[in-house]
Amino acid sequence: MTINDVREKLQQQISQLISSLDQVVQMYGMPIIQDKNGNPLWIDVREMTLRYQIPIKKVQKFFEGLKEGKILATKCNKCGTIYFPPQDDCPKCKISGLEWVEMPDEGELVAYTIINVKPPSFSHYQDYIVGIAKMKNGINVTAWVNSKEVKVGMKVKLRITKREPENYLTYELIPA
Amino acid sequence: MRNVAIIGTGHTKFGVRTDVNLQELAWEAIKQALEEANLDQKDIQYFVVGNVGSWSAEELPAVVVGEYSDLTPKGTMRVEAACATGSAALRDAYLAIKSGEADIALAVGVEQMHQSPNPQVVELIGRAGDYFWEFENFGLTFPGYYALHASAYMAKYGAKEEDLGKIAIKSHHYGARNPYAQFQKEITMDEYLKSKPVAYPLKLLDSSPITDGAAAVVLASEEVAKKITDSPVWIVSQGVASGTANLSKRTDFTHIEAAYLAAQQAYSRAGINFDEAWRFFDVAEVHDCFTIAEIMAYEDLGFAKRGEGYLLAREEQTYIGGKIPVNVDGGLKAKGHPIGATGISMAVAITRQLLYRAPKGTQVNVKHGMGISHNVGGTGHYAYVTIFSTRRPSS
Repeated sequence: MTINDVREKLQQQISQLISSLDQVVQMYGMPIIQDKNGNPLWIDVREMTLRYQIPIKKVQKFFEGLKEGKILATKCNKCGTIYFPPQDDCPKCKISGLEWVEMPDEGELVAYTIINVKPPSFSHYQDYIVGIAKMKNGINVTAWVNSKEVKVGMKVKLRITKREPENYLTYELIPA
Repeated sequence: MRNVAIIGTGHTKFGVRTDVNLQELAWEAIKQALEEANLDQKDIQYFVVGNVGSWSAEELPAVVVGEYSDLTPKGTMRVEAACATGSAALRDAYLAIKSGEADIALAVGVEQMHQSPNPQVVELIGRAGDYFWEFENFGLTFPGYYALHASAYMAKYGAKEEDLGKIAIKSHHYGARNPYAQFQKEITMDEYLKSKPVAYPLKLLDSSPITDGAAAVVLASEEVAKKITDSPVWIVSQGVASGTANLSKRTDFTHIEAAYLAAQQAYSRAGINFDEAWRFFDVAEVHDCFTIAEIMAYEDLGFAKRGEGYLLAREEQTYIGGKIPVNVDGGLKAKGHPIGATGISMAVAITRQLLYRAPKGTQVNVKHGMGISHNVGGTGHYAYVTIFSTRRPSS
């Protein structure tokens, strides 16, 4: 399935919903339906689609790193704190412009779950495993675990992958 | 600082409440609380509305609730602390009185999650962690966050699926006796074990439901409370703490640090020894949005040692008559979890327990006159621990 197939399928579902709402208005004169308890509900006719724009300038280097095949964290030279997910401000030392360091690729799984009931925006994926791994530098990473077998304590590797069908770079954990 | 008492409580039926809109639902609880306190809206000097929203249509819920309930033009605000929103609303009203800013204040928590279809609610609530690094990229759901804790806890301490099941069975046992509860039906271990997986290792019967509901309390200063009622329930102390949004920033996934810190604060102000905390209370309401959360709560509140919370469940020590009765109103699991209302619902439940007004089959034996609520927002993003007593606090 390509991302366009996913989008088309979603648009079809939305169109179906809207046309059935139009039918309700035609039949009843107003967008009112009965729910399974027999209670009348007014179905909102003002649809809102949200897509946020999240500024990433301060951590742009992380995304450049992914393109170059590196998973980067930031490090405060003053107190030594490593930040992952990366951030460019060390609130402890109140300084910015932290150093960029590469994350180690070896770690151990400390917690995981298999998501069976998925949010609609993830419904085009098979059930996926999300894990938290403690990496060699002591920093935790949350990511999908690409593995058939999974258990707490298993050794994992952190690597860059392409998220299909959206086709963008991200990172995942795989068995070591 | 002044003593603060609860002098009126209100609670709606929890569940699918498509028979009323958000403000009508809030009014049901407000009306009951005003009647119990024998007060009118003109007596309320300040009111706080706990509502998380985003699934319901009104963008400024405090204002519409105030308008519908005839509380306008009294000062108000909407507070949000995820699943601990109700406790945050209680806190704001409590502090307003404690500080002397108001003599009588009302806190109402209301949530109507069914204004959105269930899949949309799953989507919205999944975004309740660190949006970009947890949801956008990795699609964590809310059960998923607690499931991470469950897998870590079970691996470290050897708790079994059946131990989680014990929590669900207890909640449904008491929910079946609570006329306000969403699920008034007992469940068996077999039904539990066969229930649908949601986020491994958690199943549908480990999870609190999507709920509509409201709860309200009227609070008053000591001077005023004494004139109005001869059965005030005092707020002895409240502890509050926060945790990281991003779970990966935590070092431990087998307990909720913010809840532990909030308990320490509340206990220290009330002169309670953490290791023997359970001896002080007749009843506890703990945050069991998922069964694993209740087990961690036992430990974070000092009812059980670290790694032994599940044994308390296994040995059924949290039923009425056990070491400490917990969630004997059905808990979030069976009573329902209308996010903004939950914290106030806990305060209402404890107040009614201490005054021997709990529904038949759920009333505890009140020996100490003290109860405790533990309300966690998110997975320890926020935490509030509140201690209630029928005895007037000394300071």
